[in-house]
Formats: sequence, C-alpha cells, structure tokens
Amino acid sequence: MARAIATSAFQALKGTYKGVVKISVLLVLTYLIAQGLNSFLPAADYRSALGLPNRVAVWAVAELHLMFAAFVLGVPIFALITEIIGVATREKRYDDLAREFTKLLAMAYTLTAVLGCVLLVLFIVLYPKFTGILSKIFKPTWIAYIVLIFGEVIVAYLYWYTWSLLQGVRKKWHLLLGLLVNLWGTALLFVADAWVTFMMSPAGIDDANNLVSLWGVIHNHTWMPINIHRLLANVAFGGAIVAAYAAVRFLNAKTDEERARFDWMGYVGSFIAIAAFIPLPFAGYWLGREIYQFSEQMGVSMMGGSFAWLWILQAMLIGSLFLASNFYLWLGMGRIPGAERYTKFQIGMMIVLTIGFIVWATPRSIIATGTEMSAMGGSHHPFLGLFGVMAAKNTAVNLMILTTFFSFMLYRRGNRIPIVPWAVAGKALQALAIAAAAAVVLGYGVYSYFVPSITRIGFSVYQVSAVLTSMALFVAIDIPLLKGAREIGAIRWGHIPARAQYALFFLAVSFTWLMGLMGYIRSGIRQHWHVYGRVMDESANAYTMAHGQATIIVSCIVVVFFLLVSVVFWLAARGGEPAESPAGEASAAKAAGSAA
Amino acid sequence: MTRYTLYIAVALWLAILAGLKLLVRPPMPASVLMIYMTLSTLGILVFVAANEERFGNFIAPLRAVFEGRAPRLVQVLVLAGIPLLLAWGAWLRTAPSSDAPFEPRVVHPEPPASFALHGRRIETAGLKNPLRVPDAAQLEKNTAEGKVIYYRNCFFCHGDTLRGDGHFSGAFSPIPANFRDVGTISMLQESFVFWRVSTGGLGLPRSATPWNSAMPVWQTMLTEEEIWKAILYIYAGSGSTPRTWEEEPKK
Ligand code: HEC
Repeated sequence: MARAIATSAFQALKGTYKGVVKISVLLVLTYLIAQGLNSFLPAADYRSALGLPNRVAVWAVAELHLMFAAFVLGVPIFALITEIIGVATREKRYDDLAREFTKLLAMAYTLTAVLGCVLLVLFIVLYPKFTGILSKIFKPTWIAYIVLIFGEVIVAYLYWYTWSLLQGVRKKWHLLLGLLVNLWGTALLFVADAWVTFMMSPAGIDDANNLVSLWGVIHNHTWMPINIHRLLANVAFGGAIVAAYAAVRFLNAKTDEERARFDWMGYVGSFIAIAAFIPLPFAGYWLGREIYQFSEQMGVSMMGGSFAWLWILQAMLIGSLFLASNFYLWLGMGRIPGAERYTKFQIGMMIVLTIGFIVWATPRSIIATGTEMSAMGGSHHPFLGLFGVMAAKNTAVNLMILTTFFSFMLYRRGNRIPIVPWAVAGKALQALAIAAAAAVVLGYGVYSYFVPSITRIGFSVYQVSAVLTSMALFVAIDIPLLKGAREIGAIRWGHIPARAQYALFFLAVSFTWLMGLMGYIRSGIRQHWHVYGRVMDESANAYTMAHGQATIIVSCIVVVFFLLVSVVFWLAARGGEPAESPAGEASAAKAAGSAA
Repeated sequence: MTRYTLYIAVALWLAILAGLKLLVRPPMPASVLMIYMTLSTLGILVFVAANEERFGNFIAPLRAVFEGRAPRLVQVLVLAGIPLLLAWGAWLRTAPSSDAPFEPRVVHPEPPASFALHGRRIETAGLKNPLRVPDAAQLEKNTAEGKVIYYRNCFFCHGDTLRGDGHFSGAFSPIPANFRDVGTISMLQESFVFWRVSTGGLGLPRSATPWNSAMPVWQTMLTEEEIWKAILYIYAGSGSTPRTWEEEPKK
C-alpha cells in the first residue's frame, strides 16, 4: 500500500517536473528568438513581417491566445465545481467528469503558452516602440507574471497527476489543489488584465508617460470590471465548451449508455455555463459605465458612435443565447417524467423572451431611406426610440434573465412532487417572488423615462437587485421544499432529440463569437491610440476597419479556435488513460433521476 | 386543436406582421421591420421545436404534403407556392424605386477632445455649464434669459414645444432635434450639447454627415454665456436634465 502511494506520488512529481521543463524551454526559446530578431532586424517604430498586415497578425494571435487562456482558466473552475458536487452528492460520475476535463489541461496549457510566446515575439518584432514603452511601465509585473505561470503549471500538473492518489480521506487535499489552481489562474488573469486595461484607460503615469504609481497603473478605471467580467465569462465559456464536446459525442454515440452519459454531461456543462451567463450582463453594464466615466468620448464612440452597430450583432447573439438555453431546457424536460405539468408555462415564457429580444435588438440609430426618414420625422422613430435606449434594454434583459431562471427551476422540479406540509404556501411565495421582481423591473423600467439620467442609472441597480433577490429567495425556498420530494419517475438520460444537442453546440459557438466580437469592440474603441490619449498609433494600420471586414476576421478566428480545440480533444482522447472508465459509464446509465 | 399547430403558427406570424405594419404610426423603417419579423419567426419556431409533441404536430401537415399523402390540390399549391413566394421576394428586392438611397448617419458621434470657440480652445472633458449654479433664484434668472435667447434663435426650427417642429422644420433633412425625445439631449452631457450648439452642423465629424445638417454655427452669433443660457432653457423647457456622471459616489 505505502509502496503504491510512493510510486504514484513519484509519478505525480515526475509529470509536474516535465511540465515545468516544457514551460522553461518555451520561455527561454521565446526570449532568444525575440532578442535575436530584434537585434538582427533594422531598428524601427513599426515593422512588418512576411507581408502580413501587423494588426491582423497580432489580433488573430492575441484573440486565439485569449480564447485558449479562457479555456484553461474556465475548465479548472468547471472541474473544481463538478468535483465538489461529486464530493457532496457522493456520485462518482461527477468526479470522473471533472477528471476527464482536467486531462485536457496539459495539452491546452501548452497551446496557450505557445500562442502567448508567438504573441510576445510578434509584439517585439512588429511593434518595437510601443512594446518598449509598455514594458518599461510594466516591468515589475512581468516578473510576477512569470512566477505565476510557473506556479500555475506546477499546481495544475499536481492537480491532474494526484487525482487517483488523493481520493477518499485525502480528497480534501485534492480539492485544495483545485482551489489553488484557480486562485493562481485568477491572479494570472488579473495581471494580464492590467496590461490590457491600461491601454484603454491609462492611469498612474505622468505627462511624459513615466511611471508614477504602479498600483495606479494596475488599478485603472476598467481593471476591476474587466477582471470580473472575464472571470464570469471564463466559467460560462468553460461550461459551454464542455457542453459542446458532449453534444458532439452524443450525436456520434453508438450505444444507449453512451448517449445517456453524454446527454448528462451536456446538461452539467450547460448548467454551469448558463448559471455563469446569467450575471454576465450586469458585469458588462458595470464595465460600460466605467468606460463612460473614464472618457465620455470613448463611451459615446462605443455605444452611439462608430461601434453602435456591432452592439446589434451582440444583441442578436445574446438574445439567441437566451432562446437556445430555454430551448434546450424545454426539450430536456421531455425526458423528465412529470415535467409535462409545466409545458403550459412555455407559451408565456416564449412571449416574454421574444418581446425582450425585440426590445434588446432595437437599434439606437435606425437605418432608414429618405422617404421613411421624412415619414418618421427624423432619424429617430418616436415610438421605436423608446426601445433604443438603455433603460428599455435593461428592463428587457432583466426579464429575460428572470424567465430563463424560471425555466431552470421548472426543470429542476420536473419529476418531483414536494411532500412537505407547507408546499402550497411555499410555491405561492415563490410565485410571488418572481412576480414581484418582474413588477419591480417593469415598474422602474417605465418610470425611468420620467426621471433624469443620474437617477435612471440608479434604477438599473434596483432592477438587478430585485432580480437577484427574487432568485435567491426562490432557491432558498426550493431546497427545503423539494427535500425528500416524491419522485414521479427517473430522468431518462439519452432520450432527447438531436436538435437539443445542436443548441448546445450553438451555445459554445455563440459564446466564442461574442468573446471575439466584444474583444474587438473593447480594443477598437481606442481607435488610433495604442494607449488611449497617451501613445498614438502612427502605423498605417491605425484606421478603424469597416465593420464587415472586422467581423469576418473575428469569424475566421472563431473557426480556427474550434479547429484547434478539436485537435486538443482528439489528442486527449487518443493518449492517456481511457476517458470512459467502465465504472463511470455504468453509474451514469443507472444513476438517472437524482442528478437534476 | 393540436392538429392546427402549423396553421396557428402561420396565422400568428401573419398577425404580427400585419400589426407591425398597420398599427405602428409613423410606419417603421423596413430595416427594423426586418429585425422584428426575423425575431418573431425565431420565437415561433423555437417555441414549436422545443417540445416533441408540438413539433410533431407542427410538421405533420408538411410531412403529408412532401410524402405525397395530402390531397393532390394541396400538394400542387404548396409546391407551386414556394417558388412563387421566392420569386415575389426577388422581385420586391430588385424592383426599381425612386427612393433616395439610404445614407447612414451617426446621430450622436463622439465629441472631439477639444474645439475652437471664439478663437480659444475648449477642452470637452470635464466641461460644465458655469451657469448651472446651486442658487435657485439665480438659476431661474439664467434659465429665463435662456428662454428669451431660445425664442429669438432656436424657436424657428426646434419649435414652441421643443419637439423639433418649428416653422422651418419641414424643410430640413435631418429635421431639427426633438428635445423631448429621450434619445436626444436628456441622454447627453451638457458639454456635448455645448459643443453641438457652438459648432453647429459644420462642426460634426464626417460620420455624422455635416453637409446635411441645417443646425447653425451658433458661436458666430451668440456669446459663450448666451449659449450656456440657451442650453439651460432647452433642458428646463423640455422637462429633462442633462446626463451626469460626476455626482456618483466614487468607488
Ligand atoms: C436652421 C434651423 C435650426 C436652428 C435655428 C437651430 N437648430 Fe438646432 N438643430 C437643427 C437641426 C436640423 C438639427 C439636427 C441635425 C444635427 O444634429 O445637426 C439640430 C440639432 C440640434 C442639437 C443636437 C441635439 C442632439 O440630439 O444631438 C442641439 C443641442 C440643438 N440643435 C440646439 C439648438 C439651439 C440651442 C439652438 C438655438 C440657439 C438651435 N439649435 C437652433 C436646426 C436648427
């Protein structure tokens, strides 16, 4: 026994050691290549390589790097959550799921690191002057970053290699490792965000761009909002990728066991994705506000100026995400005996979702022909103008969030009948909570047209709090309510139409697309500045692209990302331990009902 | 009832289309109608497809047609109808029209970092209305003077009720701004409005098609103080307040 533990611990250390060596080699190589190229190439402010437009090259690599980074940060969060669920429910299949995805990490880390190194080389080679300025300001953070990278690699590899070693009574140490992986990853994210946000909303430097306060530089206007926004988005992204993977496997599955297993996996992935997605609009709103506060000019060019139309695309994608999530949940209810009781709510919910979507997607500056324009009396439609403003959109999105939450709760309750004596009162209270939140959201939404903007902004806080409070209240009642509830029948995992799986895949693609698109807006609103208002972009690429061109580039990046991810999944499925241990399958197949 | 799922869906779709076309006045632009109908279609289809039974009922009549079980007449109508509908759509898209081509115009472009006013440079960032004083009586006096300035200068275009419907308004495209619309001054900071009034249509960036705007360059006719007063009045008179950020508690 002791011997086995020793070998397995030795194995873990060996694997970790290998990972560290790999990263070290990569970093040294990057350093050598970058330095070599820099001294070899003629000095210049801007260079171009291989005839590629500098901007597109840096853009594509940076975005891919970011997507992989989101993946390697999102997956451990996903893994830790499922691992904890596994411990709490004592169901082995959760542990297996967490493990299966952790296995992808080694591969994904390597890809992320390679992309990061390429990006660094590109910066040094193509934008030497700008890189020089930034690295002067950020020097101390570089060192922190490298230390963090090594830390992250070490804990992540340990987390993976000690999986079977730290089971049973030792499980808590494994969970601790998982927590460490995530803390380290979050720290990495925060450091990298400091660089990005500084370029948007510089602070902490004097007029000659000399460093005054490093903390001021880091803690600039947009740093915290971006941190939070990205953290949440990473969780949603990780979950969505898991769900998409499960969907593909489900569609290719040959046996009922496989179908059951991947159906369940897709459900868990989408559950975590949607749960993290729900608060995302709030974080985005905060970010937007900080941008306005930093520079009205930047805020206006983002929301009302040159980038306004990209928000319509964003609205389309987010609205579709809401539709797809509900679609998936409703189809999923088809495999839950007893859930037909709730089918009747669907029509009302769909009406709310569609109207919300319509309001959410109403453009602020309307495209109209000359005749239409004169009929409307200006480029503002007196009636549609009401929907174009933020107050309407906040109201719409809050109602859509509430509706999606309600779908979730109905799904959860699907096959259960509460038996506690206060069931009727409890359910009434829950209905009241939802209705009250909806009333608050709508009420303030309408009222906000009659008050000054400064008060109006406060309203969105009330709306959000009402929604969050009612959701919390609902769940707080739901848990005791369903305790020991009578089960109508077990969930028939695997009995779900294929189109539900396409919805899951759509979820992942849309998330990725949104990241690319929003990333472009965030970066694009700097316009002809490297560092907004401080370091001007003097290259030929300083102009703002046509939207069509920019969105095509974003779409290409998304396609490349999915190709690369498929490679990661494929390689992981080939090598290493078999992903589907027989035990896991058996438990997935029979352990139907209780999961929801 | 369930036998009619498809027909109900189609009827609902037509009802929405008719409602949007007939009930919304003034008529909404085709681009918005397109968005609304796309989303309604999506909503209906997603709803139908989100339940196995509903979906089955929905496609049953279609199946009957395409599998050749429906009456011959229905089959012919459907199979001839689809290409005809498509052809009609193609004709609508390509038919010549005498409408002026669409010109995209950014209504609220980003303001410049600074602009020239009476030979001085004014920084837009942090610019505040110096006449918006805390003293209520003084503020009222400033606003009243602004009202006089408004009626001597702006009234002809922006109108008595500040709705952008003054005597001359019909002659311009774009028409003068409607200050009571939530989408104009009430969502703008005073610094933005000051820039707009001082530099007029000509001061707009290219994306906002300065050549189309009839808004005069008021700094050639009014003093800085008069402009600020007029701004006080357009807010007071339209019952709105400028957008502000400063008063918020700083984190
Ligand atoms: C000759 C007609 C005319 C007169 C007189 C006139 N305006 Fe305008 N104004 C316009 C037109 C047309 C627009 C819309 C086009 C544009 O935005 O430039 C406009 C737009 C504006 C806007 C921009 C609103 C927005 O939402 O961006 C403001 C502010 C404004 N006017 C204020 C004034 C003030 C104050 C006066 C009087 C000092 C005045 N206008 C006088 C024609 C006029």
